[in-house]
This record gives sequence, structure tokens and C-alpha cells, in this order.
Amino acid sequence: MRLAALLPALALGLAACASTPPDAVRGSGDLGVVIERAAGRVQIVEHSHDSRLGTVAGLGDLSHAHVAFSRDGRYAYVFGRDGGLTKVDLLTRRIARRIVQAGNSIGGSVSQDGKLVVAQNYEPGGIKAFDADTLELLADVPAEYAPGKFSRVVGLADVPGQRFVYALFDADEIRVTDFSDPRKPVTTRYPAGKQPYDGLVTPDGRYFLAGLFGEDGVSLLDLWKPEAGVRKILSGYGRGEEKLPVFKMPHLRGWSLAAGQVWLPAVGHHEVLIADAGSWAETGRIPVKGQPVFVMARPDGRQVWVNFAFPDNEWVQVIDTVERRVVHTFSPGKAVLHMEFTPRGEHVWLSSRDSNRVSIVDTATFAVIKELPADAPSGIFFTARAQRIGF
Amino acid sequence: MDRSLLLHVAVLLGLTAIAVGTAQSAEAPQPEPARQKALVHMVRQDCGSCHGMRLTGGLGPALTPERLAAWPDDSLVATIIHGRPGTAMPGWARFLNESEAGWIVARLKHGFPPLD
Repeated sequence: MRLAALLPALALGLAACASTPPDAVRGSGDLGVVIERAAGRVQIVEHSHDSRLGTVAGLGDLSHAHVAFSRDGRYAYVFGRDGGLTKVDLLTRRIARRIVQAGNSIGGSVSQDGKLVVAQNYEPGGIKAFDADTLELLADVPAEYAPGKFSRVVGLADVPGQRFVYALFDADEIRVTDFSDPRKPVTTRYPAGKQPYDGLVTPDGRYFLAGLFGEDGVSLLDLWKPEAGVRKILSGYGRGEEKLPVFKMPHLRGWSLAAGQVWLPAVGHHEVLIADAGSWAETGRIPVKGQPVFVMARPDGRQVWVNFAFPDNEWVQVIDTVERRVVHTFSPGKAVLHMEFTPRGEHVWLSSRDSNRVSIVDTATFAVIKELPADAPSGIFFTARAQRIGF
Repeated sequence: MDRSLLLHVAVLLGLTAIAVGTAQSAEAPQPEPARQKALVHMVRQDCGSCHGMRLTGGLGPALTPERLAAWPDDSLVATIIHGRPGTAMPGWARFLNESEAGWIVARLKHGFPPLD
């Protein structure tokens, strides 16, 4: 009799144990995702104690994978090369939803209100908006630039007003799509420079910068005065120098602003370019060890960290933004693909694909704090991105 | 046993062996196993930056057997070694020679080996 009364409670208890990891009741502000690209798997990590919490597999082709986060920091939207879009629950460490939304995709972003997830695609060229809860398709915005011709989309960034800015590699354009009415998006087109390869917005969401592959320079659109159109900055930065073959495209994002300047990778040159973030005039160049891929400011802007394209990709250099010189050069491992700072920048996590590890480095002393094993890791993404414009 | 039949069989076997030997020597020399492994890694990981780790394309086109079937081998070798002007494809002559590029092209056309 007493046992019979206990059984339902016992069953409930067991069910709770089966579905909820013991540490599921926790905050999400210190969580992150490490991409294990070849395995189609992500690690879920936390940076309060620098540990791995678990893995989630079955995410498809994760070469060039990108991650955006829900505004509550609970879900990671993982964009795979094969068009897979997977919503991963970081607390239960399970796949919440998964769709295949394109043939070839390179990333995506979340809207200002957190309700839309927008993917940027190479095939079919364009962007698509999904309901952030259900991943239901709300709008398909093809990047058609001539009848029947669709461009690959790069540099997608969310900006205030439910808008997304992006560039068209094949059509030399910047576009702004307004999803205020998610099922009836409105797109505005702006002619830009030749072959934009990636883009970024400044942390206030005001300026969109598209790096150019087809010419030396950067296209700039002021989103507070879009009617003024696109202007070119850092024009002809490679003048008089031989452009080297580019073995990996650089990547841009809103971490480029530091100490009132933007710090950008030169394409085909062993240099970091500096421009004033008010006048946009070039103010300097820093010679570095190879062709920069990520030029990433520490959140306080006092340092800029740089990694490099093949074959110099074992190196990382740190620039002091006041002294404007390289103050540290080191190798955390082979094929360093990505870096991610903790939200206030005391540590940086670096992935070394060919050393199968993630190194956690103190940004003040440059000491390696810890190394975590990972299977050919590439991107590292912390949930603090959820609270930033343009990530 | 018929001696003349046995002789015929032996001659045929010998001729076949010679023919197979000739066909093999006409093909480009194979890189050493360790070098093959390094080349597979380079194609999947570093060429994969643009072409995708599964070689299904990205900023660079897909490198699948279907996509490459119509291209002559020597033109693909030249593309790997010298790059393609006007596109983002750089020349890789610093990192491999023509015979290694030929080995890669042959593998690409028949389905590229996986990473181990």
C-alpha cells in the first residue's frame, strides 16, 4: 500500500534524472561552444572554471561552422557548411531542433529582438529568416543581382531595427534587409567595391565595413546615413607592394574597434591596417608574421591579437594598441584557427586544429593557464556574443 | 597434359604481366605513404578553407568527381600549381610539385580519400 503510493513519485523522480543533467540548474553567461569540425560535433564548455561539460554530435559538415546564441544564452544556433542549422540546448546538451536550410552555408545571426535567426548562404545565394523558437522558415531573400543570377552572401551582421547587413561576393554590393515585418522583408541595395569577402559592424551598429578581395580597400556604409551610399576607405593600401597569394581569406567581425581605431587584416600582405574610427583615414600599419586571418581586439581594446593564414598558422601575435607594435609572438599549437576572449578579456581561448587542443591563455602575462583536448577544433564561441550587436 | 597448351598459357601470363607493368610505369610516380597522408590532410583542411572539408564547395567551387570530370588533368594540375588569375585561387607551387598535384587530381577524380 505505502509502496504503491510511492511509485508515481519514484517514477517522476527517475524521469527527471533521465532528462536533466545534475548541473542543469545554472546560469548560461559563462557557457560556450567549441567546434570539432571534422567530427561534426561541438563541445560545450564553460569559462568560470575552464572545463568541458559535454559534447553534442550529429551536426553535419562543420567546416566553416559559425554559432550565434539565443538572447537568454541557453541555445546555440550552429550553422554548418552543408546548410544544416541546429539549435543546441546548452543546458541539457541536446539538439533541440535541426533543419537543413540550404546546400552551402557559412553562417548566420540573430535579430535585435531575438525572435529571428537569419542564415547567410552560398547555395542558393541569399539569406533566409527563421523563427528562433521553432526554426520555421519565415522569409527567403535571394541575393539575385541579374535575372537568374544569385550571389554568394558574406559578412552578414545584425543591426538595430530588425535589420541585417551583408555583402555579395559575386555582385560587388552591400545590401540591407529590414525584417520589421518578418514575412515581408524589405531590401535596399548599395553598390560597393570589388569582391567583398567578409563584413563587420561597429559595436554601436552604425558602420558596416566590407573587406574587399578584388581590390585593396574597404567599403564603408554609414547605417545612420545610408542614403549617402558606400564610400571606400584604406584605398590602395597595397600600392607599390607585390600582393602575395592568399591561402586563406581573412575574417571580419565587430571586434575590430580598439582605442578609437579599426584594426583590419591586409589581404595579401603581412600587415595589420589601422584607420581612425572617426575620420576613417589610414593612421598606420603594423608588420606582422604572416597574412592575418583574425585581427581581434581584447574587449578593453588595449591589445589586438592576430592569427595567420597557412603556412604561418602556427603563430599568434599580440599588438599593444597604444605602443602600436607587436609585444608578444608565440605558438599555442599547429594550425591556430580561431580565438575567443572571455567577456572581459582576462583570458583568451585559442584552437589549434592540428594539435587537437584548445589553449587558455592569460592576456596579461601570456601564460598558458590550461589546455583542453579537442578533436581538430576550429571556432570557439561564448554566449556573451548574445548580448552584442553584430555577432 | 598437353605441353603446347601449357606453353600458350605461360606465354599469355607473361604478356599480361608485361602489359600491366607498362601501364603502371606510364602513370605518375606515387608519393611516399607519409607524403600521401600529408597531401590528403592539406587538401581536406587547407584547400578545405575555401572548397569545404568535404570538398563540396564554398568560396571555391566543389572538387567532386562529377564537377571535375570534364576538366583535363593537366589543366587541373596547372590550376593547383599556378592558381587561376582573376579568382581567389592561389598557386600552391611553394608546397607541392607537379607530380604531387597530379596525384591529387587523380584522387579527386575518383573520390578523395578521407582524413584518418
